[in-house]
Amino acid sequence: MIKIFKYSFYDLLKSRWSVISLLFYLAATFGLLYLNMDLSKSIISLMNIVLFLAPLTAIMFGVIYFYNSRDFMELLLAQPLKRSSVLWGLYLGLATSLSLSFLIGMGVPFLSYGILVSGEIWNFMLLIFIGVLLTFIFSAIAFLIALRNENKTKGFGLSLLLWLFTALMYDGIFLLILIVFQDYPLEKLSLALTLLNPIDLLRISMMLKLDVSALFGFSGAVFNKFLGQSTGILLSIGCALLWVVAPLGFLFRSLAKKDF
Amino acid sequence: MIPSIKHIGLTFTFLCSSLLAEAKVWTVSQQAGKGTSIQQAIDKAEAGDTITIKEGVYRESTIQVNKKLLIRGEKGAVLDGQGQHEIITITADGVVVQGLTLQNTGMSYMEDRAAINISKSRLCTIKDNVIKNTFFGIYLEESHNNRILNNKIYGEAEMEANSGNAIHLWYSDTATIVGNQAFNHRDGIYLEFVNNSRIENNISRGNVRYGLHFMFSDHNQYIRNTFEENGAGVAVMFSREIIMEHNKFLHNWGTASYGLLLKEIYDSKIENNTFDQNTVGIYAESITRCHVFSNTFSRNGWALRMSGSSMDNVFKKNNFMSNTFDISTNARENHNVYSQNYWSEYSGYDLDRDGKGDVPYRPVKLFSYVVSEVDASALLLRSFFIDVLNYAEKIVPSLTPATLLDDQPLMKPVL
Repeated sequence: MIKIFKYSFYDLLKSRWSVISLLFYLAATFGLLYLNMDLSKSIISLMNIVLFLAPLTAIMFGVIYFYNSRDFMELLLAQPLKRSSVLWGLYLGLATSLSLSFLIGMGVPFLSYGILVSGEIWNFMLLIFIGVLLTFIFSAIAFLIALRNENKTKGFGLSLLLWLFTALMYDGIFLLILIVFQDYPLEKLSLALTLLNPIDLLRISMMLKLDVSALFGFSGAVFNKFLGQSTGILLSIGCALLWVVAPLGFLFRSLAKKDF
Repeated sequence: MIPSIKHIGLTFTFLCSSLLAEAKVWTVSQQAGKGTSIQQAIDKAEAGDTITIKEGVYRESTIQVNKKLLIRGEKGAVLDGQGQHEIITITADGVVVQGLTLQNTGMSYMEDRAAINISKSRLCTIKDNVIKNTFFGIYLEESHNNRILNNKIYGEAEMEANSGNAIHLWYSDTATIVGNQAFNHRDGIYLEFVNNSRIENNISRGNVRYGLHFMFSDHNQYIRNTFEENGAGVAVMFSREIIMEHNKFLHNWGTASYGLLLKEIYDSKIENNTFDQNTVGIYAESITRCHVFSNTFSRNGWALRMSGSSMDNVFKKNNFMSNTFDISTNARENHNVYSQNYWSEYSGYDLDRDGKGDVPYRPVKLFSYVVSEVDASALLLRSFFIDVLNYAEKIVPSLTPATLLDDQPLMKPVL
C-alpha cells in the first residue's frame, strides 16, 4: 500500500493538474494579500475561494484520475495484492498531493506576509484544515462515483451535479425552508441542515471562529452555544469526519463486490 | 491652630481669604489619625466659603452640602462610602466639587445611590473628580444649569440588573457634560427629560448596556464623543432636534449591539461621525426629517438598518466602506433620499469625469432584504448561492425597493 501511495503521490505531483492548482492558489492568495494587506480580511475572502474550489478540484480531478488509472489498477490487481490496499494507495496519493498543492499555494504567501507572528494564526490554521478536510471528503466521493459508474460521461455528470448540489443548490433549498417555515422555531432544524452538508458545516464553523457570528442574530447565538459546548464541538468534528468516513465505507464495500 | 477644635481630635485650619472679604477657607485633614470631619467643616462654613480636603481616606456618613461651597480635594483626598451609603448629596445652588476621589458606595435595590447626587439645585460644577466602584457615579435630579467636567468614572458592572449609570440626569435641563470618561457601568451617560444640553468630548467605554442613552430629551448637542465597546452601543429615543457631530462609534460588537440606535427621532442632524466595526452602524426606527451627512461607515455588519416607518430623511456624502451589508430595510417602498454617497462596492463607471458614477447604485442587496425578513437566513452569509442570488437581483430588482438607489454615487471617498 505504501509503495502504491508513494508511486501515485509522486506521479500526481508531477501532473499538470497539481501544478495548475498550486499556481492558482499561489496567485489567488498573493493577489488577495497584496490588495488587502489585511490578513484577517484575506482569510475571509480566501474562505470563499476554498469553500468553492477545494471541493470542485477534488471531485473533478478525483474522477479524472480514477478513470485514467483504471488500466494501472487492473494491472496491479492482477498481482497478489489486496484490493483495498491498492485503492487506499491511490486514494491517499490523490488526496495528499492535492492537499499539498493547496497547502503550499496558501501557506507560502501567508508565511511571507508574516502569519506566524500575527494573531490570525489560528484562523489560518482552521482555513487550512477546512481545505484539507474538503479535499479528503470530495476525493473519496469522486472515487465512489467513478467506481460505481463505468460510463465516464455519467461519472463526470454525476460528480459535477453533486458538487453543484452541495455548493449551490443545497443552500437554495436551505433558504427556501427557512423562508417557508419562518413562523416556526428553526434553530434546531438549521443546525441539522448545516451538519448534513460538509461545505455548510465548515463554512459556519469558520464564520463563528471569525466572530462574524454577531451578524447571525438569534440563531447565531444558538449555534455559538451549541458549538461552544463540548458535545457540540464533538458532534461537528464527528460530522465532518463522518463525511470522510462514510464515502470511504461505501467505496470499499462496492470495491469488494466489484467485478473487474 | 485653635485649641478648642483640636481637642475633638480634628485639625482645622482657619484662614482668612485675602481675595474675598467674606469667604473663608476651611482645611480638613487627617493628621491626628482619627475620624473624618468634612461634614463638620461644612456645617461650620458659611455660604461662599471654600473647604479644602487634604490627603487621606475619609470614611464618613453621607456628606450633606446644603449651602454654596467650593469643596476642593488635594491630591490623594479619598472619600469612601464603605459600601454602605451615598457619598455627597448636594441640595444647594452653586456648589463646586473638585479634585476628589470618591469610591465604594455599594449597590442598592432600594435607592439610586451615587457618588455625587445633585438634587433640585442649579449652577453646580462637578469637576476633575475620580469616581471608582460606585453604583451611580454622578446623579442629577431636577437640577438645571449644572456642569459636569473632566471626571473619570470607573465602574465594575457585570450585569444590567444590578448596576447603575456613570452619569445620570433626570429632568435636568441645560447641562454641560464635557470631557468625562465613563467606564464599565450600566449606561455611560444617561439622560431622561434633559433639554438644551451639551455633551462634548466624553469617552464612554465598556458599559454593560449603552454608552449613551437618552430619551425624551430635545435640542441637545452631542459632539466629539467616543463610544467604544459598549454592550449595545448608543440609544437615542423619542427626541427632536438633536445634533450629533464628530462622534466615534467604535466596535460595539455583539449579537444585539449597534453603534447608534435611533427611535422616534425628528429633525436631527447626524454629521461627520465615524462608525467602525459595529454589528449595526445606525439602526433607525421611525426617524423623520433627519440629515445624515458626511459620516463614515466602515467594517460594520450592517452600515444602516432602516425600518419602513422612517421617512423624509436625507443621506448624503457618507462613506460606506467594507460593510457586510450597506443598507438593509424591510420596506418595499423608499421614502428617504440617498444621494452622492461613496460606496466601496460600487462598480460603475464615470464617463464624463464629474466624480459621480453614471450608473445608479443599489445599496440594498436581496440577501439583506431576506435577512431582515427571516433572521435565521443570516446563517447563509458568504454562501456561494447568496452571491448568485444577489447578482441576479442586482440586474433585475424585484424584491428590493426599486427606488432605493443612489443616483449619483461618488467615485472617490469623501474626506
